[in-house]
Amino acid sequence: MLQSKVFNKKTRGGRIQKQVREVYLRDDIYCGAFACKSCDTSAARLSSPKIIVLDTNVVLHQIDLLENQAIDNVVVLSVVLDEVKNRNRSVYNRIRALCSNPAKQFYVFSNHVHKDTYVQAMERESANDHNDRAIRVATLWYQKHLGGTSQVLLVTNDRENKRKATEEGISAETIEAYVKSIGQPDLLDLLAQPTAEDITMEDADDSRPSKRKLVYLEHKPMSEITAGLHRGIYHQGKLRVNRFNPFEAYVGSESIGEEIIIYGRSNMNRAFDGDIVAIELLPRDQWQEEKALSIAEEDEDEDDTVHLAPNSADDAPRISSLAQETSGDKNAVPARPSGRVVGVIRRNWHSYCGSLEPMSLPAGSGGTAHALFVSKDRRIPKIRINTRQLQNLLNMRIVVAVDSWDRQSRYPSGHYVRPIGKIGDRETETEVVLIENDVDYSPFSSQVLACLPPLPWSVSSEDVSNPVRQDLRHLLVFSVDPPGCKDIDDALHCTSLPNGNFEVGVHIADVTNFVHPGTPLDDEASKRGTSVYLVDRRIDMLPKPLTEDICSLRADVERLAFSVIWEMSPEAEIISTRFTKSIIKSSAALSYVEAQARMDDSRLTDTVTTDLRNMNTLAKIMRQRRIDRGALTLASAEVKFQIDTETHDPLDIGMYQIREANQMVEEFMLAANVSVAEQILNQFSSCSLLRRHPTPTREMLEPLLRTAAAIGLTLDVSSSKALADSLDRAVGEDPYFNKLIRILATRCMTQAVYFCSGDLTPPEYHHYGLAAPLYTHFTSPIRRYADVFVHRLLAASLGIYKLPTVFQDRPQLTSVADNLNYRHRNAQMASRASVELHTLIYFRNRPTDAEARVVKIRSNGFIVFVPKYGIEGPVYLTAKGEKGAGDWYVDEEKQKIVKMDGSLSYSVLQTVKIHMEVVEPQPNRPKLQLTLL
Amino acid sequence: MEYVSPEGLRLDGRRFNEMRQIVAEIGVVSKADGSAVFEMGNTKVIAAVYGPREIQNKSQQLKHDRALVLCEYSMAQFSTGDRRRQKQDRRTTELSLVIRQTMEACILTELMPHSQIDIFLQVLQADGGTRSACINAATLALADAGIPMRDLAVSCSAGYLNSTPLLDLNYVEDSAGGADVTVGILPKTDKMDAKLPMETFETVFALASEGCKAIAERIREVLEENTKQLEYRRAA
Ligand SMILES: [Zn+2]
Repeated sequence: MLQSKVFNKKTRGGRIQKQVREVYLRDDIYCGAFACKSCDTSAARLSSPKIIVLDTNVVLHQIDLLENQAIDNVVVLSVVLDEVKNRNRSVYNRIRALCSNPAKQFYVFSNHVHKDTYVQAMERESANDHNDRAIRVATLWYQKHLGGTSQVLLVTNDRENKRKATEEGISAETIEAYVKSIGQPDLLDLLAQPTAEDITMEDADDSRPSKRKLVYLEHKPMSEITAGLHRGIYHQGKLRVNRFNPFEAYVGSESIGEEIIIYGRSNMNRAFDGDIVAIELLPRDQWQEEKALSIAEEDEDEDDTVHLAPNSADDAPRISSLAQETSGDKNAVPARPSGRVVGVIRRNWHSYCGSLEPMSLPAGSGGTAHALFVSKDRRIPKIRINTRQLQNLLNMRIVVAVDSWDRQSRYPSGHYVRPIGKIGDRETETEVVLIENDVDYSPFSSQVLACLPPLPWSVSSEDVSNPVRQDLRHLLVFSVDPPGCKDIDDALHCTSLPNGNFEVGVHIADVTNFVHPGTPLDDEASKRGTSVYLVDRRIDMLPKPLTEDICSLRADVERLAFSVIWEMSPEAEIISTRFTKSIIKSSAALSYVEAQARMDDSRLTDTVTTDLRNMNTLAKIMRQRRIDRGALTLASAEVKFQIDTETHDPLDIGMYQIREANQMVEEFMLAANVSVAEQILNQFSSCSLLRRHPTPTREMLEPLLRTAAAIGLTLDVSSSKALADSLDRAVGEDPYFNKLIRILATRCMTQAVYFCSGDLTPPEYHHYGLAAPLYTHFTSPIRRYADVFVHRLLAASLGIYKLPTVFQDRPQLTSVADNLNYRHRNAQMASRASVELHTLIYFRNRPTDAEARVVKIRSNGFIVFVPKYGIEGPVYLTAKGEKGAGDWYVDEEKQKIVKMDGSLSYSVLQTVKIHMEVVEPQPNRPKLQLTLL
Repeated sequence: MEYVSPEGLRLDGRRFNEMRQIVAEIGVVSKADGSAVFEMGNTKVIAAVYGPREIQNKSQQLKHDRALVLCEYSMAQFSTGDRRRQKQDRRTTELSLVIRQTMEACILTELMPHSQIDIFLQVLQADGGTRSACINAATLALADAGIPMRDLAVSCSAGYLNSTPLLDLNYVEDSAGGADVTVGILPKTDKMDAKLPMETFETVFALASEGCKAIAERIREVLEENTKQLEYRRAA
């Protein structure tokens, strides 16, 4: 049966265009009930005689509830799915996941093409009304179709739709009524709080007085915002809340061209981190004043907790300290434009992990309690929730979703979604780390797994005869990695040539031979962006068979690789470079320790050892040349845990030891990345994916310079070369001093980022830390998607295959780079959080004394860095709360805190002995405390 | 964009292997020697054939031993709304050429030396698959004009979207940027817009070929129906 849908569409030019679309109405769309006598039941899902049909608003707002196992036997109409897809992509993905979950009985009924339920839009009928009508028509059809065998219930929270449904003889209920009818009161916690248009819950929060004081300014209506944006009085952008000071946010606006600062919750006006907002600028005279105010407001300071020492400026607070702001020369920090939010254009609300604020249990049980939820993510304000199971939740990590935030409430309202586990429990806290950093740790879907080649996989005769693939199985190739490494991305070879030169090869797993553009596997990898390494587990970017077997360049098996092969002179000058797809057979998978031991053992003269020594000699020259060019040998305090294989608890913890063998491998990887960057940029000047490290501004290096000045050390920061030389000269009386200065330098710099070459000019491609004009990532395609992307570019540059279409789409390419940066950053934060978690677990039963270095002076004490454990935290000289008690004063210039009577002082970089112990100031909130010995 | 729902339904309600509704009619232009209207869903093409007749422009006559086939293709202003004006010229010439080559290969031109056959095609509505509709309309019109052909030239498109092969793409599906194949059965495969891996190409090609068979069936029915009517009239 054929229906022509004609509708008018306004073109961009404003003309009305008639569009005719066909709809083919079908008689082979089945109801999905097993009990049905007239339908094909091969794809049926509904087994219970009680069937519910969901309205769009229920799917959109109550998805957390729908995911609960108590909700089942549900018909999801295609019109509902369509509308959900348009309104909220993430809810759409979740409802789709429910529909395809075999454990759930959710049946999709394609009512829009069924001959009896297709509903033609009536004249002057709004899209909304049309959809509502279609939902009622479909429900009525089910009611009639299933006749006496089943009860069909429409669940809707739209008052008008419910009324009409009842009039038309359909049984309809609100979601609250339905949940109550199934007799599981705990489920009521999962209900989203109603918004004004919805039916008010019968037991709605009566404690809210109807006329309460307005806390926030109103949000302007959308029409006014659009007009304001058009006229340039409002500016649009994404709000980013300062991770270290949740009362401060930034909006990067294209129309202003500068970052606008939003100070304080009232100016943020209910916007969340990640929301797309409209803002207006505050009058210029309020710019400075606001700033002073916000710092005063920032009383719950971040430095309060012991945390992992920062590795870069991205890990450290943006505005480092109050002292810096007020004491520096007055003109140093020009007033930055500040503004306030006038409306939210698109919400970035999702669910958050955290726990309830400790509170005493209300008298009597079973009733509804109002609780405040505190997110682990400090950028998120507290969230009010109602719960009937307060007692169970108080000591739990839970997930909470936000529903609304009205002008009368200081905090947004939300609802409880699910428990994660007991606070402090290793499993629970690890899951929190993953959720908080938006790491997808769900198992790979069957569609993704379907893209894998059948196992066991081995190199085929087609691979061998493939003309683009060179057979390098005769070469003596080996890999050097951390012990126990299973995802081996890279392997090396080094042979002496008759002319006295060396042939050196870097062989990288040929991941793109298995991951093809546009497949579910590729989409998933691109979404994940990187593997995530936690202390006790690894969340892979690619499924395990690829990661640990098919792609991994393991010893004694033939594997496909993408090789960079140089001819190098004994002085490590590159004579020539070539790239080829290859087949290799690694003869040894060495650990760094093994490789080092072989090189050091003068009795060994086997080929692998000789090759290693030759490579090491070359690598040392290359490294020296890089350093001479100005590459920074930066330092970070990486720690390593020894984990109990059974309990997964940390047994020992210590600094990660860097050996020559590590540096040797790193050197060749750097060289391969540089060679590949040159090759791809040469061929694809506007669509290459590169990696840059921005030159730090003087402002960023300020903390380092101040510290150095305080101890009488001058650093030249005019170029990376000058800085590198100054760092080399910074030698103190103790051996650790130089490393400490390097660590402090490293944490002043931002991290390197991916970008699309077409988005920047060549001088901006520069990699400051490596002192390289060009850099990219090629050597770890098993665990980084950037490298997969670069493999495709390299292959296309060699004419092996065509460039996938995404490379012709600049905005798309930019968004790929943005996502990679986001995922990369999140992966690092997750790793750091995991280390912090294990540090806490480690010290729980092990009070320890350690040596520490003072890194920052504060008014009531100082911050110390504990090199052995890589952590940093406050040591208080006066008890907290007695700030400025008058016993101590701070000498800004000398970065020193001195006792009033002059008897005692501590200055920056000084060594102190401290005691470390886990304390629990609040039940279930353990924290590491540092005290002076 | 989701072009095929997880339930296996396309945006217009069809399944992957379903063609749009076909309407075909011959003898619609009274002055022409043969004519036809061919519709596939909202795509509608009219074809008129003149000939075989004496060659109009002697200079065009290269070979005397066979008929000269000319093809003119145009698109009604209102047929597409506003969608693709700029590229029209290049597309038009290219399409005319493809259709002319296809039809020429199927007409028994050697039976009609010193003559010329003109095929005029106009797209009245374009909603994807115009190339195929033109070939099908031309075949019907040629048959209507009684021009001897080796076999019926028929055409159908198929594409590959959301990892699914799809038969007979409409405009929305056609503009999705996926690969599509237009298969003309009889003379040769003609064109493919985007790259497909070989095994995918084979399934898409097979699907389009199935489509061609169905269309050929339909065209034969139309022609047989017409023959019956002629016989009936003659008998009366
Ligand atoms: Zn049925």
